[in-house]
Amino acid sequence: MKMLEAKNLKKSFGDNEVLKNISFEVNKGDVLAIIGPSGSGKSTLLRCITQLETVDSGEIVICGDTLVKNDAFGNAAYAGKKEKAAISRHLGLVFQNFNLFPHFSVMRNITEAQRKVLGRSKDASEEVARKLLKKMGLESKENAYPCELSGGQQQRVSIARALALSPEILLFDEPTSALDPELTGEILKVIRELAKEKMTMIVVTHEMLFAESVADRVIFMDNGYIIENGTPEEVFKKSSNERTKAFLAKY
Amino acid sequence: MTLQNIVTQLGEGMLKTILLFVSTLVISLPLGLLVSFGRMSTKSLFTKKFKPIRLLTQLYISIMRGTPLMLQIMVVYFGPYYLFGMKISTSYQIYAAIIAFAINYAAYFAEIYRGGIESMPKGQYEAAKILGFTKAQTFFRIILPQVMKRILPSITNEVITLVKDTSLAFVIAYAEMFTMAKRIAAKETSMIPFVAAGIFYYFFNLIVAIVMNRIEKKMSYYK
Repeated sequence: MKMLEAKNLKKSFGDNEVLKNISFEVNKGDVLAIIGPSGSGKSTLLRCITQLETVDSGEIVICGDTLVKNDAFGNAAYAGKKEKAAISRHLGLVFQNFNLFPHFSVMRNITEAQRKVLGRSKDASEEVARKLLKKMGLESKENAYPCELSGGQQQRVSIARALALSPEILLFDEPTSALDPELTGEILKVIRELAKEKMTMIVVTHEMLFAESVADRVIFMDNGYIIENGTPEEVFKKSSNERTKAFLAKY
Repeated sequence: MTLQNIVTQLGEGMLKTILLFVSTLVISLPLGLLVSFGRMSTKSLFTKKFKPIRLLTQLYISIMRGTPLMLQIMVVYFGPYYLFGMKISTSYQIYAAIIAFAINYAAYFAEIYRGGIESMPKGQYEAAKILGFTKAQTFFRIILPQVMKRILPSITNEVITLVKDTSLAFVIAYAEMFTMAKRIAAKETSMIPFVAAGIFYYFFNLIVAIVMNRIEKKMSYYK
């Protein structure tokens, strides 16, 4: 079952064309890793899917709902405000620099959206939060504030915050780039566990070993194009593309 | 005039100063936030460049900050008479003073709010958007509380200035502390009322500083 379909996505910032005709799909339960050099458009792609940016043209269908498609003139025509909000509920996003709410405790970071957006009761949302904190190995931290936690712990809280809204697809934008190697391991372990539970995920990452071992599909992007789209073996071992080989040789 | 008499009269002035001070804050703090929204407004009319709300608030802030507060108080008080021929009574003094102070301070607060709001990292808005918070929820639950913490030291500065600025209400003979002190001093040819006034302003501000410091400490549970 297709969870996400992107067709012919194009996006420019002024004269700078960041996404040039990007098409790919994600199936239910799959982990898609997106790799590529800085400035290749990986993060922009993720931001277009999560509505933090808009595409100039192309089509995005998330869990069967069309977020955007081309109008008769080939320009992006977005769904209405309500539809866009509903589509956004299918997705969760974990940021590179966490973006936790510093004035809320760990507990409130995880419960606030459940209560104000989903309308869950205080008790129900706290129960969900406690379960997730336990899963993240942070049971004892529910009353702590983000500034009292290590980077790895903060990132785990932000994963719990995203999971609390039960998204159908969880997206990660370089989730370990702000962390040292030891803390990186903590986060990768969590993603690995989610992969075992068949959570559909899209992970933009620079961790090649991780992408190779966890992902079901790997996309290699360069300069706004998808250069490779295949299984980890196809991309990491069997690629005959010069650009791919040159990039992977650095790792 | 006995000392007791002086103290009672100054005491009445004190209450009026406090009334002016509190009323100004109660009106100008929220009004300043509203003005800062106007100042940051991106709503355009006719052409992309013409943003009437922003231009108007910019003009308002520019005039409020660019002319003496004393003059503004006089304009608000005497304006209705000179402009519209309306009769003004002394009961209008307190309202004129509060209006003049509130619109003047709102302009300063607006710029402080704007600085605070614009200093917030984009990531906070993005995280809130992804989680599905509405724009109002995002602003009042996530952005504003953090902005308040950031701008508190600048707000304290303004509040302390306001305590002393209330003495400017003497230009319309509003019987606040300083006006009373001047009257008594002239009548009794004595410096004592001025000394008493000085002590009053000092302790008033000392209390303001202590209270604001407490609030700052209360908000320091996070970075």
